[in-house]
Amino acid sequence: MATAVAHEPHEHAHYTTTGLDHRKIAIWAFIGSECMLFASLISTYLIYKGRSIVGPFPHEAWTSPDGHVFKPILNIPVTSQSTFVLLMSSLAMVLALAAVENRNKPKPARITLGYRILSSSRLWLGMTALMGATFLGYQAFEFTSFVHEGLTIRTNLFGSSFFTLTGFHGAHVTVGVLWLLTLLAIDFKRGLTPKDALIVDICALYWHFVDVVWIAIFTLVYLIK
Amino acid sequence: MATTAAAPAFAPGKAAEYGTSGVWSWITTVDHKRIGALYLYTALFFFLFGGIEAGIIRWQLALPNQHVVSAEMYNQLFTMHGTTMIFLAVMPLSAAFFNFLIPLQIGARDVAFPRLNAFSYWVYVLGGLFMTIPIFFNAAPNGGWFGYAPLTTMQFSGGLNIDFWVMGLQILGISSLAAAFNFITTIINMRAPGMTLMRMPMFTWMAFVVQFLLVLAFPVITIALVFLLFDRFFGTNFYAIAAGADPLLWQHLFWVFGHPEVYILILPAFGLVSEILPTYSRKPLFGYNVMVYSGIMIGFLGFGVWAHHMFSVGMGAMADTIFALTTMLIGIPTGVKIFNWIATMWGGQIRFTTAMKFGIGLVGLFTIGGISGVMHSSPPADLQQTDTYFIVAHFHYVLFGGSIMGIFGGIYHYFPKITGRYLDEKLGSWHFWINFIGMNLTFFPMHYSGMLGMPRRVYTYDSGQGWETFNLMSSIGTVLIVIGTAIFVVNFLRSRKHGAIAPNDAWGAGTLEWSIPSPPPDYNFAEIPVVTSRYPLWDLKSPDKTAGIAHSAPDSLTITDAHAVPMHEETGGKTAAQLGIPMPFPTVKPAIAALAIIVMFSGLLFMHVGKFSVAMAVTLSGAVLFVGTLYAWLTSPLE
Repeated sequence: MATAVAHEPHEHAHYTTTGLDHRKIAIWAFIGSECMLFASLISTYLIYKGRSIVGPFPHEAWTSPDGHVFKPILNIPVTSQSTFVLLMSSLAMVLALAAVENRNKPKPARITLGYRILSSSRLWLGMTALMGATFLGYQAFEFTSFVHEGLTIRTNLFGSSFFTLTGFHGAHVTVGVLWLLTLLAIDFKRGLTPKDALIVDICALYWHFVDVVWIAIFTLVYLIK
Repeated sequence: MATTAAAPAFAPGKAAEYGTSGVWSWITTVDHKRIGALYLYTALFFFLFGGIEAGIIRWQLALPNQHVVSAEMYNQLFTMHGTTMIFLAVMPLSAAFFNFLIPLQIGARDVAFPRLNAFSYWVYVLGGLFMTIPIFFNAAPNGGWFGYAPLTTMQFSGGLNIDFWVMGLQILGISSLAAAFNFITTIINMRAPGMTLMRMPMFTWMAFVVQFLLVLAFPVITIALVFLLFDRFFGTNFYAIAAGADPLLWQHLFWVFGHPEVYILILPAFGLVSEILPTYSRKPLFGYNVMVYSGIMIGFLGFGVWAHHMFSVGMGAMADTIFALTTMLIGIPTGVKIFNWIATMWGGQIRFTTAMKFGIGLVGLFTIGGISGVMHSSPPADLQQTDTYFIVAHFHYVLFGGSIMGIFGGIYHYFPKITGRYLDEKLGSWHFWINFIGMNLTFFPMHYSGMLGMPRRVYTYDSGQGWETFNLMSSIGTVLIVIGTAIFVVNFLRSRKHGAIAPNDAWGAGTLEWSIPSPPPDYNFAEIPVVTSRYPLWDLKSPDKTAGIAHSAPDSLTITDAHAVPMHEETGGKTAAQLGIPMPFPTVKPAIAALAIIVMFSGLLFMHVGKFSVAMAVTLSGAVLFVGTLYAWLTSPLE
């Protein structure tokens, strides 16, 4: 018995109290920690809302002492587009995980195009990463246009707290995109199987979390005046 | 798969390559017991270092108008004394026990992520050196352990001092968070069959609560430090009053972290004492359930009291009232613990071992600190006491009288399990009594010097204010603490090689860690025990002691692990290979990843001196090294 275990290390499943994999529990603890990270950033943004001495301001126009007029800085229609893209990426992430989980299920008698599309984890992982990258592209555009309009991270309290908050979120999206691309590379190299569902699942939990945080940021920073 | 060519799980080749002794084996170890030992040695080193800083402070203050050190050096000394004792001594001493004990107490073979565990240690030790070494170049942090902004912004603290502090704390936060994720997972997911949550030893329970405090409190200081870093390096306005910033932002963020931090420091000691008192009273812990609930309650309320550190800033009557009430409220679960410990000893067959003395010492001294804490939970009283030596007296009764007493008790209690040899009881007794007297002589007079108005953090004072006697008493007390600690160091070093040999169950204790050999083999448990009560070893050896506690029959449990067997004492002597237990490979990658993090942060120091391109180069190369190591780490098999 003991020797059999010794010679088949990878067949020997580790006993866990809950039956869940360790990594699944750890990612939830990590997400709990991240909640406090973003809660601190968002609170600071809200505390400093309306306290900036000089403009530009998020929702109101501002005339500088030398007579220059700055229009409200936030461009809600453009950011609504990027928000939509990011939210849709969560759908793609769900489909990617489902494709990996269902890989070994018996195939239907007729392989339709819809089946092919839905069962391609490469497609959906790639789509998720692409949509994440698109969101980052929008953010890069937003940041540069703000700087051109006269708002930098040094300008006022709004600039400092806005760029730090959304920048932290953007950094999280960047890590997520790299993570998704790593999974995609593994999928191309050896193919993800239902055994790998866990590593995709963990990435998906992170990705959905980053999305949910953006819903909070979009509502509190952009939509509420 | 089951071919003769398959590599055996324990990979004897690898083990031989790394060995089990020598420096390299310590750098590459992923064994939770050896990492625990590394934490213990390193944290004791920093404890002595922080003690020397305290000694110089007391030397400077022994008499009025002394000039042992300059005012500037004094600022560095009290800043580094606080920072060292909190982040580099007490927290890692607790981490040493988390590492060593949690897997043993819950019947596991290691922590959930052994390599992450090694990473936590290496980040800690390198981050600790990063913050400590500058004191030799007169460049140590000098803004207090609380680092209040805007004082610590570039405008008022232009030197590198604060940069070392900001980045050092960020680095240490990474270590604490990684360890917390690891231990939460370990406790939730690696308990032996039958080890339900309400059967876990009290130390593991308190450790469990502490991990949640770490996970929820550290991100807040991380953000506060990021703001400060950005203000210092990128010219943001988070703490810039001229730009309209709120001067209280830092204080709120810091204390939202800082108050739970107090419980991070004390709860592990509470856990250790809850192991010590039942063992030497030969009685189960009184009111186990209530002890668990009060621990959780302390952790929960700990997030709702932070602004009692800020009564003097003028938050208004409503905020003052609310935080005064929550602060008084937190005295209740703490008091419950004190009474339960007393009830545990009540009617027991008490043995006054050194560990027991330290345990009882905690119960008494922490109570004094707790009561003075309730005193300044009242804002009018606090306004008289804040920023005086009264506060210094209060928190040293809590941290020295509480945490350090509990940790020393834990060291005397668990030394036989860690090394297989007892610490000398006679020297231990000297250590306890000299430290106990010295501690009270040092800190009790501070109540008086504080009430007479002596402010904290002044580097000297004039005579004629009634402070001389009390200060001299405090300084003489410090000499006693130094002597007591020196006795401990001698005892510690000598007993490692020459102490009396300890059996499995060194003290007649009741929990799982005492059922295996001392020191435990690398795999801990040859067979995972099936647990049926809170004191399984007492069930086995003296069932009369645990007759009053709820039990479940072993056969009512579904045993899913092939290795699980009913509770018994193990004899040891076999290697993991002989038993067919797969062990994680030693690896150097966690240490390299930790080094990469230090490189990343060090790069930012060049930003301070205006070398932007050098800063970018160093930081980016650190980042590349980190990501590369991480990929290599994640793609190499654990065992």
